Amino acid sequence: MSSASDFLREYLTVLILGGVGAALVGLLLGASHLLRPARRQPGKSLTYESGVDPVGTGWTQSQIRYYVFALLFVMFDVEAVFIFPWATRLEAYGGFGLVEMGIFVFILLLGLVYAWRKGVLKWV
Amino acid sequence: MFATSLVQTLTFAIAAMICVTGALGVVALRNPVHNALSLVATLFGVAVLFIAQEAYFLAAIQVIVYAGAIVVLFLFVIMLLGVDRAESFAAERHPLGLAVGGILGGGVMVLAAVTLFAGVDTATGRRSTVGALAPSDDLNRIGRALFTEYAFAFELTSLLLTIAVLGAVLLSRRASGPPIDLDEFPAEEPDADAEEVEA
Amino acid sequence: MFAIDPLLESVDGSAVLIVLLKVVVAFAALMIAVMAMVWFERKVVARMQNRLGPNVAGPFGILQTLADGVKLFFKEDLLPREADRPVFRLAPYLSLVPAFLVFVVVPLGGDFSNDRHGVVSWFGKETLVQVADPHIGILFVLAMSSMAVYGVMLAGWSSGSKYPLLGSVRAAAQMISYEAALGLSLLAVLLNSGSLSTNEIVSGQSGWNWNLWATGVVPFIVFFIAATAELNRPPFDLVEAEQELVGGFHTEYSSLRFALFFLAEFMNTITMSAVIVTLFLGGPNGPSFGPGWLQAILPTVWFLAKLLVFLFVFVWLRGTLPRLRYDQLMDLGWKLLIPLALGWFLLLAAFKIGQDEGWNRAVVGVVGTVVILLGALLISMAVGTARARRAAVEVEA
Repeated sequence: MSSASDFLREYLTVLILGGVGAALVGLLLGASHLLRPARRQPGKSLTYESGVDPVGTGWTQSQIRYYVFALLFVMFDVEAVFIFPWATRLEAYGGFGLVEMGIFVFILLLGLVYAWRKGVLKWV
Repeated sequence: MFATSLVQTLTFAIAAMICVTGALGVVALRNPVHNALSLVATLFGVAVLFIAQEAYFLAAIQVIVYAGAIVVLFLFVIMLLGVDRAESFAAERHPLGLAVGGILGGGVMVLAAVTLFAGVDTATGRRSTVGALAPSDDLNRIGRALFTEYAFAFELTSLLLTIAVLGAVLLSRRASGPPIDLDEFPAEEPDADAEEVEA
Repeated sequence: MFAIDPLLESVDGSAVLIVLLKVVVAFAALMIAVMAMVWFERKVVARMQNRLGPNVAGPFGILQTLADGVKLFFKEDLLPREADRPVFRLAPYLSLVPAFLVFVVVPLGGDFSNDRHGVVSWFGKETLVQVADPHIGILFVLAMSSMAVYGVMLAGWSSGSKYPLLGSVRAAAQMISYEAALGLSLLAVLLNSGSLSTNEIVSGQSGWNWNLWATGVVPFIVFFIAATAELNRPPFDLVEAEQELVGGFHTEYSSLRFALFFLAEFMNTITMSAVIVTLFLGGPNGPSFGPGWLQAILPTVWFLAKLLVFLFVFVWLRGTLPRLRYDQLMDLGWKLLIPLALGWFLLLAAFKIGQDEGWNRAVVGVVGTVVILLGALLISMAVGTARARRAAVEVEA
């Protein structure tokens, strides 16, 4: 199998399935739009707030803690990405690779431990 | 080697269109969340371009790290700032903004054109790579470069990431004491509605 | 001029037919599986709670999902006043499409014994019993599960309502936290297979050489817990915690749009179970016997049997465990699963390199374990002193 037709088969198939899925969802929503009743009343478009009228707008600030977790996630995501090429070809890099990766992981764990020590990981 | 077949040409055209439309959306749309979504579209387009160049690993990384992590981080920041503040962006137009933006944008276009036609990357001085890599082997190529030639840079990356976390932890804390701990909903000025109810 | 397109040269009628057939069959199978799963979950959980569960629509209530679907189809669709309309409409797509794209890379059958790599022959063409086998197979799963965050986050944000916003930010934070653990526990599997392709991963587990024990169970447990959290399934269903968030990110969704989120959730449960089976339980690998036709379908039967085990366990967890608190959830993810997955991975890697380089196994084992225990001790000491210091400051104040 040549790499060109490989590309065609594997990734285009994925694309086709994604397209079929999205189209089907659209079709369903369209059909439902034609068939279902639509009687708009102002009360219906109020947002849910445990039975009372909503206060203020629904869009507010979230906490900064989420930001720290998102950044930690970026850190570990990038770490995993760097480890992928190593994990699949372990034998090619031998003991030197192991030491390299050990240092890499150690430094990153320092970041996690720092956040942990500062109590940022603790959800109050 | 430029794209030679119909399918490759089509793939390139569609992906490039997604990229450019997304990029325009990032600049032109008013709502920060819409901007972030446009950015995701651009990143997806770039991932498709990587696939067309048979750099499959890079394509996956593009989606996992950039679309899946970095833009999510952006979204968290947008939520942190509160989206309704976005409306004030329109008022902050500087009279020179358009001119400076135009010059910079034009400069980048010229640079890109030069790179394309000279076949040499102006930034690095190396030949720019156009066309596919050795089939489907980018994973091992990247690995080999990363763990042998660029081992030191690789270790520095971990330091960089750790420093980023350090900064985030420091930012989220007061000078001393426990981390900043707002309630789930920070205190808002009482709304018109609320006052009516009280009255 | 397009007739000599080099990409299309090797493509003939039967190849196109196979691709179309795969797409249609995968799609239909997934839809039926989702409907069956909804029924299965309701029925099993009902039995665990001493109830009958759906029993009116069709025999054993098996058509209940269809009835619910039809009902939701004809319901009025409400748009909240404050909603961001384009994003509100886009979010269900972002939730659903990644959910069934993951299914693409799962090998559903084919003979993997004796180095046959699951190749089967359909219409005189050699092909695999999976929709597509991209080189990056397993990274594709990760990519799609990171896309699923957008569906949740944007659905909550675009509603312009408080409960959904809270639910979605929480959900997104939960999903990204466990995605890190998911990615790191995956690495151990790659040590054994040496490839990212799902087909290769399953081939590497032929015979009874399943990754479940080849990687020493720990990565499997971490992956399973992380997957449960990633799916927002009980006991990690804080995302829609009815008692506090009234349903979480999809509170403001009604009618068919709500049904789509519901569908995506169950679809994710099925695909994630399939991914676990592929990664750790040898996919369609299993004993083969009997006449030719039986041998042809047995791998698929094994696959489905393993899948069913996980689907049942997911329902079982829901029927058994109480929901975690948010701080417990974050603690589990960041302070236990991630360090554990990383440490175990490095230990396995050290063993494997030791094998290649001819180091003494016992020495590698002892040194590795000592290093990891020392690391754990240092971490706990560092955290302990910091906590004590903070406590002292608080007492003074």
